[in-house]
Amino acid sequence: MKSIRETDLRGFVLPVAFLVLWYVVTALQLVNTKLIVPPGAVLDSAWKVVTSGQLLGGLQASLTRDIAGFAAGSAAGILLGLLLGISRWAERLIGPTFHTLKQISLFAWLPLLSTWLGTGEAAKILFVALSAFYPVALSTFEGVRGVTRAQVEVARVLGFNRWQLVSRLILPAASPQIATGLHLALLYAWLATIGAEYLLGSSAQGIGNVVIRGKATFHVELIIVGMLLIGLVGMVLNRLASLVESRVLHWRGPVH
Amino acid sequence: MSSLTIALPSIGEKQPARLLRWNDGLTRFALSWPFPLAVLLIWYVAAEYEWLPPQILPPPSMVASTFIDLVRTGELPENLWISMWRVLAGFAAGGLGGLALGVLMGLSPTAKDYLYPTFRLIAQVPSIGWLPLLMMLVGIGEALKIILISKAAFVPIALNTYKGLQGVSTRFIEVARVYRFTRWQLLSKVVFPAALPQVWNGIRYGLTHAWLALVAVELLASSEGLGFMIVYGRQLYQLDVVLAAVVVVGAIGFALDKILALIEQRLLRWRTDGF
Repeated sequence: MKSIRETDLRGFVLPVAFLVLWYVVTALQLVNTKLIVPPGAVLDSAWKVVTSGQLLGGLQASLTRDIAGFAAGSAAGILLGLLLGISRWAERLIGPTFHTLKQISLFAWLPLLSTWLGTGEAAKILFVALSAFYPVALSTFEGVRGVTRAQVEVARVLGFNRWQLVSRLILPAASPQIATGLHLALLYAWLATIGAEYLLGSSAQGIGNVVIRGKATFHVELIIVGMLLIGLVGMVLNRLASLVESRVLHWRGPVH
Repeated sequence: MSSLTIALPSIGEKQPARLLRWNDGLTRFALSWPFPLAVLLIWYVAAEYEWLPPQILPPPSMVASTFIDLVRTGELPENLWISMWRVLAGFAAGGLGGLALGVLMGLSPTAKDYLYPTFRLIAQVPSIGWLPLLMMLVGIGEALKIILISKAAFVPIALNTYKGLQGVSTRFIEVARVYRFTRWQLLSKVVFPAALPQVWNGIRYGLTHAWLALVAVELLASSEGLGFMIVYGRQLYQLDVVLAAVVVVGAIGFALDKILALIEQRLLRWRTDGF
């Protein structure tokens, strides 16, 4: 189809124009090339750091952190969301505190965590977990709240016990919202991973550390390559989440 | 929405009389206290018996008195003011830019084809990822903070505005055609109101993200502001200062969210008439 091809190309106009501008400006030495490095240098050093394994090692360390924190945080989030959603008492007792604490901007926790746990792996993973926890807990809570009385009554009629009620009715019924929460949590966890690496620990491995080191040693190429990688990972995670979401929630049929 | 998750309007729930409902609110309020109070008690006991050294866990009374001191000496209000100014300036700049881009992409398919891929590219790298590069390019001055906060607010607002405008049902537009609305009438009476809920959503996200970015940038590169107070307190092992600042960060986040929720209630009042 011609029209789609045309549209695709038009999307490239701006980035290409930017690249050309970047190239021309640096080639003609119109700017401080130490600060604004030529695109060729970025490509060069991109190739170098990727092949040297520096970046990939960092990426692996970051992803491990990200996944560990994400898993722990979302598991805790689902549990708390479920508890708050099912139990009126839990919601009344813990709910207000939870809703108050969630207002604290995520990064404000970081200095506290580092005082209590140091700047090692534990603090970083806990921070990532915290960042995943809130969106999952909130959306699980909302999902469970969306289960109607009629549905619960049907389950009662069928003689479901407590466990069956949760596993056969509440969790499946809330799963679209839980999936949304997990999706959001995945993005937040990645953001938190990078943030934790920026703010804690300079010697540890991690893609954020690579970028920070690039800044400290004035290697702008390294920063740009690192940024691109951070963006790329975020994009891949996002795509994966969308894919899994549509598969797992297949039974619901089309959403709209 | 799936048929399973449609929330029925509280059938079966007993409809309490006015007095009873007021009573319910009171119970709710009363029940919200035991948990934080218990935490406070544990904190107090732990600090009192020095399970942890006071540098790591200062007693609640100390945090409270530090808080009062910080307010009295003007240190807290001063830093708070600086942070608020930054967040509002960044939010205003990023928000207006986001609205403009969102409207442009939402109304003009041509503009969307040219701009959207680049927009996605910029949006894909989280705000904090831009920080090191921006530090190199603009230094660590005020410009860095405003730009970063703008970017954080810009992305969700532009995206939601665009999606909101795009999602306006063609049926509405057809009805407007039947009524022979002019282009301006179509926009102001149909398209914008219909997109408003999602646009507003974007604005709320934008403000949350701006606040998040503010704290991050102040932690990393700043010599004043709430985030700086936190870093500074932590470096001197004055956790009382850190905790006091964290409480303020939470309170401001809460207040900003509440203000937007209140505005939303007024702005989108017409929506409640639908159901």
